[in-house]
Amino acid sequence: MSAHSPIDQIEQPDSFAFDAESEEQIAAILAKYPPERKASGTLPLLYVVQKQMGRQTGSAWVPRVAMDEVAHRLEVAPIRVYEVATFYLMFNTKPIGRYHLQVCTTTSCWLRGSDDVVAACKKATGIDGFGQSSADGLFTLTEVECLGACANAPILQVDDDFYEDLDGPRTIELIEALRRGERPTPGPTIDRVNSAPAGGRRTLADSPAEQG
Amino acid sequence: MLQDKDRIFTNLYGQNDWRLAGARQRGDWDGTAEILARGRDAIINEMKGSGLRGRGGAGFPTGVKWSFMPKSSDGRPHYLVINGDESEPGTCKDREILRHEPHKLIESALIASFAMGAHAAYIYIRGEFFNEARHLQIAIDEAYAAGLIGKNAAGSGWDFDFYIHRGAGAYICGEETALLESLEGKKGQPRMKPPFPAAMGLYGCPTTVNNVESIAVSSTILRRGGAWFSALGRPNNAGTKLMAISGHVNTPCVFEEELGVPLKEIIEKHGGGVRGGWANLLAVIPGGCSVPVLPASICETVLMDYDSLRAERSGLGTACMIVMDKSTDIIKAIARFSQFFKHESCGQCTPCREGTGWMMRVMNRMVEGRAEIEEIDMLEQVTRQVEGHTICALGDAAAWPIQGLIRHFRPVMEERITAYKAAHGGGRITQVPLGIPVAAE
Repeated sequence: MSAHSPIDQIEQPDSFAFDAESEEQIAAILAKYPPERKASGTLPLLYVVQKQMGRQTGSAWVPRVAMDEVAHRLEVAPIRVYEVATFYLMFNTKPIGRYHLQVCTTTSCWLRGSDDVVAACKKATGIDGFGQSSADGLFTLTEVECLGACANAPILQVDDDFYEDLDGPRTIELIEALRRGERPTPGPTIDRVNSAPAGGRRTLADSPAEQG
Repeated sequence: MLQDKDRIFTNLYGQNDWRLAGARQRGDWDGTAEILARGRDAIINEMKGSGLRGRGGAGFPTGVKWSFMPKSSDGRPHYLVINGDESEPGTCKDREILRHEPHKLIESALIASFAMGAHAAYIYIRGEFFNEARHLQIAIDEAYAAGLIGKNAAGSGWDFDFYIHRGAGAYICGEETALLESLEGKKGQPRMKPPFPAAMGLYGCPTTVNNVESIAVSSTILRRGGAWFSALGRPNNAGTKLMAISGHVNTPCVFEEELGVPLKEIIEKHGGGVRGGWANLLAVIPGGCSVPVLPASICETVLMDYDSLRAERSGLGTACMIVMDKSTDIIKAIARFSQFFKHESCGQCTPCREGTGWMMRVMNRMVEGRAEIEEIDMLEQVTRQVEGHTICALGDAAAWPIQGLIRHFRPVMEERITAYKAAHGGGRITQVPLGIPVAAE
């Protein structure tokens, strides 16, 4: 819960209009809910906004005019959209860097070395603390709560992708790769298949060979 | 221990094709129409007979929950809502179903919806599971294209639609009524109960909310029979369960195991043992951070199931355990949960909104030892004032880890305080000197 919305404290664009790609997504979204329950589209449409901002400006966030546009589309009062946008952590109500580094520090990740991942993120980006962006505008570092992939801790989520089983050096490698414009394959950064034990499965012995 | 022939999730690690062709090879979507042809009552009775208890943490019998739905519609549609907001720290099991066994989930959702008279199901997936939701969407599209869902789903005569709704980073939306609020496009703030969702849930219509795993196992239970499922595990703790081990073990992983197996055997077999050997074990949190921690002495003998863990004043929860070895600062480990709950409180009820912040600040002082010995009792007392005094169980969940810490590790807390005093001149010192903001987060 954020007690104070930052909406009024940042520079906002004057206008926002959905592009063709977004319109296509919106049509598919609204078909999911009963016509008189359009408000259910609030979270999905805020995602559509955030993705479009990412495509168009390189910063995936939700400006206030876009919230107004969402409210207009869904025929709800703007305040209903503002309160949703500020309640849920994943909607960025201020601009962020091109790459959103979301590091989990909850206990399962902490026990497996998330402090090292945090330190590596700071070292590789020059960011001092959570919630800040790097000077070059490429990275924003956010501390997040449990990402739900604890058997592969520690985790760093970059935008939508989980990078798992990290340590300090591999985190730095990952960030350097992002800086070069590469997108390493998400998933474990050590030799293991998804959430199976490192070293190979101990169950499902007769299952065909692992395809990774 | 569970044998491979009794495993439900045979593609748990995504080692094979998770899409429709692969799922069919594993037996999904085989004779679905015949299962539906048995009728609502027969399906619900079979589920009741299986002894399946809710896999999301609370452990309420799934078949009984389904039977709460009205037998006939009063004109309002019925809904099945699947809770895929997996966010309980330590828990990472539903993720494997979503990304590697999506067809088991879709087929089971069809069966469950039919059994409760619902023509539509929504699954609420936590926002961070973007790629998992993408897999599931691909599987849904495949199922529609193959006529397995949609009009006359799988040739059963039942119309069924299945939709994904993504959350956006709020743990509280795993609480069923907060989830419904969120699905309706609002802030995720829990509703008062009653009315219960079965009477008035999504859009004011009869609704059942089930965990992903509770739903996903039902197609296999109905295919192999409730008797097969209930023969596994122990009485009142039937069946297999997805579990996970994280923390200080040699090989953290997700796996399916029978209920009622000794915790120690599970850690040795699946987790590859505690880092540094069993003697190096400090404590285990057996089922997500809400359930109280167990010291090594109890872990030696306790069985991994609902009733055995409850008898030790903990709980099975999600059965995703966090293992801590002797290098762990146990106070800090639990204090991190206090930070978590403070962050995730929705702010609706005063005891939780204020209490979680207060508990976090005191816990942070306990980590340093900057406290008085009698404050341990005060902290315990405050957890009792939060517990049971809020609309939803988040207040309870915030209180329990601290209560578990005090119950089993009080000497460690006292030592920390004594050491702090010794290092800072001893005697009774003002723990919160004037001028230090104490409620400034």
